[in-house]
Amino acid sequence: MKAPLSTGRSSLLAIYAAFVFAFIYLPIVVLVVYSFNRDGVGGFPPRHFTLDWYSQLFADSSIWDSVLNSLVVAGASIVLALTLGLLAALALDRASFPGKALFRRLVLLPLILPGIITGLSLLMFAKYADLPLSLWTVFLGHGTALISVATTELFAGLQKLDRAQEEASLDLGATPWQTFWRITLPNLKLSLIAAGLLIFTLSMDEIAVTFFLIGRDNTLPLEIWGRLRRGITPEINAVSTLIFAVSLGLIVSWYHLRSRSLGAQPGSYSNNLRTRRTS
Amino acid sequence: MYSRTYKSLVSIPPLLWVGVFLLLPYTLMFAHSLWAVRDGVMVHQWNWDNYKTLFSNPLYAEVLLRTMRIAGSVTVCSLLLGYPLAYYLAFQVGARKELQYQLVVVPLWVSYLVRGYAWKTILGSDGVLNGFLQYLHLTHEPVGFFLYSPFAVVLMLTHIYTPFVFLPIYAALEHIPRPLIEASQDLGASSWQTFWRVILPLSMPGLLAGATFAFVLSLGDFLAPLLVGGPSGTMIANVVQSLFGAAFDWPLGAAISVGILVITISLLFLSEFLEKQWAFK
Amino acid sequence: MSASPANPPLQNSAKGALLLELRNVGKRFGATDVLKNISLNIASGEFLTLLGESGSGKTTLLRLIAGFERPSSGEIWMGGRRLDCQPPYKRPVNTVFQNYALFPHLNARDNVAYGLRVKSTPASEITGRVEEALSMVKMRGFAASRPSQLSGGQQQRIALARTLVNHPQLLLLDEPLSALDANLRKQMQSELKALQRQIGITFLFVTHDQEEAMALSDRIALLRDGALEQVASPREVYARPATAYTAQFIGQTNLLRGEVRGCMATCGALRWPVDEADGPVIFSLRPEAIRLAADGKRQTNEVKFRGAIRQQLYGGSSELLEVDCGNDQTLRIRIPACGPLTGEHDFVFSMSDAIRVQE
Repeated sequence: MKAPLSTGRSSLLAIYAAFVFAFIYLPIVVLVVYSFNRDGVGGFPPRHFTLDWYSQLFADSSIWDSVLNSLVVAGASIVLALTLGLLAALALDRASFPGKALFRRLVLLPLILPGIITGLSLLMFAKYADLPLSLWTVFLGHGTALISVATTELFAGLQKLDRAQEEASLDLGATPWQTFWRITLPNLKLSLIAAGLLIFTLSMDEIAVTFFLIGRDNTLPLEIWGRLRRGITPEINAVSTLIFAVSLGLIVSWYHLRSRSLGAQPGSYSNNLRTRRTS
Repeated sequence: MYSRTYKSLVSIPPLLWVGVFLLLPYTLMFAHSLWAVRDGVMVHQWNWDNYKTLFSNPLYAEVLLRTMRIAGSVTVCSLLLGYPLAYYLAFQVGARKELQYQLVVVPLWVSYLVRGYAWKTILGSDGVLNGFLQYLHLTHEPVGFFLYSPFAVVLMLTHIYTPFVFLPIYAALEHIPRPLIEASQDLGASSWQTFWRVILPLSMPGLLAGATFAFVLSLGDFLAPLLVGGPSGTMIANVVQSLFGAAFDWPLGAAISVGILVITISLLFLSEFLEKQWAFK
Repeated sequence: MSASPANPPLQNSAKGALLLELRNVGKRFGATDVLKNISLNIASGEFLTLLGESGSGKTTLLRLIAGFERPSSGEIWMGGRRLDCQPPYKRPVNTVFQNYALFPHLNARDNVAYGLRVKSTPASEITGRVEEALSMVKMRGFAASRPSQLSGGQQQRIALARTLVNHPQLLLLDEPLSALDANLRKQMQSELKALQRQIGITFLFVTHDQEEAMALSDRIALLRDGALEQVASPREVYARPATAYTAQFIGQTNLLRGEVRGCMATCGALRWPVDEADGPVIFSLRPEAIRLAADGKRQTNEVKFRGAIRQQLYGGSSELLEVDCGNDQTLRIRIPACGPLTGEHDFVFSMSDAIRVQE
């Protein structure tokens, strides 16, 4: 815990920081508040508290169908991305092979590339391979793009893993396969869960890639998007508020896990840095 | 320590997947850009026409320039908001730093669509902002340019990307060893001088990373313009999107996409190169 | 494999039969030879220390024996079978790692039981052997604790128990005490020594601390830049160092450089008869071998010289003097505590205490 510095401009900076915080939260606050407003969105100030929009939301079956679709796609994407992401992280951490640098860039590219590029290129692939657009193509897009997220998170987790533990396991007689299951995976548990949460959230919110790969069945974001094109209704405020609440819950759990994982790693109980192989 | 079997087992599946579902599609996209559309049907005739169109037709240059201006504005505004916030949290907050950090990051996780929609409701003629201004009698009728303008796009995207820009800068600032700053003060530098001469240079890699992220993703964004941009706020990715939709010209759209891809990768390389130049151990 | 001052034949070692043989072992990383042509025999039941500076190759040698690296050249044999071809989990060798490498997600008992569990040892047998191992390291009450709840010294004991429970033929210890503070270190040194005597397992111990090596070992193998400088018992290495490097690395010494001509050695201001051929020489002379001449007299087998005291460091029971003998020659001399001294004095040392060393 680093002590704060006195730099003399503190009050000005603090006010500015508060302003930035306000800017970041303002839209969300407005959204939540107006989801309870009888007169819908717009105008100021909001009057007439009501839960009507929420009850309308709960009766809306196509929204819930799309929620189900999103959940299915997210679940499948988690499995795919974590599996391939774990393998990719292990490969990047431990193997060397020709083209490794290219492989690393390729795996991480979807993270920084605008979604439209990934979405369009997979669309062309689907057309070329005669794949009909459906939730399967959406899953393909999400899963492939989110491998990069899993790889990044798991690679960081592997870096924190003390290599000596795996050596100790081999030294004590465990085969590499046993070592993987008994030592490597348990130590990655928290990274895996954190990555899973992140993938879930990103998949549930994914629009750009999904836009080009969607078939007849909508995911939640695209269902909302469709309605937005037709006009604003406060029902959308209601569903947005709910999404915000769930996201909040997820991120709190994620942080909880992250701080636990940092506390339980070897670096904290042995005060020494990992030895370098110099002698 | 790891046998060849182990290494093959872990490398081959992701290599295969990435090769088939990333590399191949990008190659396909490039191939498409070299084809053409005749009489409403796509034909596999190899030609450079699409690229010629891009370079000769001023319409595309205009949109691209507008897009770059918007992306540039978003980047600058996000930095102006995100850097001071990161500085504040890294250096001037004591006990509740962790909590405030989480508060900054939470919106990152809240749906893009939700946040975009929120701005749409705030900025409209009947929206919250106009209502607020009229309530305070600052204006008497709705202000038009808030919504459906490049201004709205920049505003929305700045809102989205400020936390993204904040993260790497904060990490870089936290990484600066405190004794360096104390040494600077010890040698007589004022707070501003310490910031300018020590803190800012050492935070450059984080700043570059955040700025690149914001710029590249803003460049390729097509959702914000559709939500809040209106006709005057159209960006290059919207052009692509319509070429794959109603305007049906996949090859041309693919050519523009290849252009975006090239710009993105060049910026990434440039950013990496600069980061290496400015990384101090 | 011929005997040399650097690698005396096995008969010189104190313990039993030949356990481990390193034959011309070399290791190369990229363009660097980290280990050069190491040949060494380790006897069953002995406590052998690999001593050297960082970068000398001692940890690399340990890792070759453990199986985490393969030799670039040469072979490793154990019990009549070739060891270097086998993966680490098939070798009857266990390692105590420098930072212990305890598994954080397992408690102490499960850590210790690990090696038995992966070989599918029956549960009833595991319980007994784990208890035995924990008693040996005096950690019986801590079986349910997690590593994060244990102090550095306690973690070290668990790491030790985790290896001993498997009854390995050879135990490798990679600077296990370097993370402990000075007092705890001394205590663990004597416990380790006693433990090794008690159970009789062969210990191969790596350290850069020469005092530690001297205190614990049956034999010391001094490594320098990837090659064996000298292999001998601590007393032997101290009293009869083979090279100037050894003489300086272990304990303190004065290196007297000079020339032999006509069976007379001349090193600066010192001259005395020796039975050596003509040519350049180096002698090692320990500071404690020099004393103040009583009444300025010398015996027939002693060398006398005069010097001015430049510095005197008081050490409780002794004084360490820095004496200037003229012509740029300075000697360090250790004498029993005697109060402050000044000016010029006569000193003597026995000729036999000047040991000839190689460069």
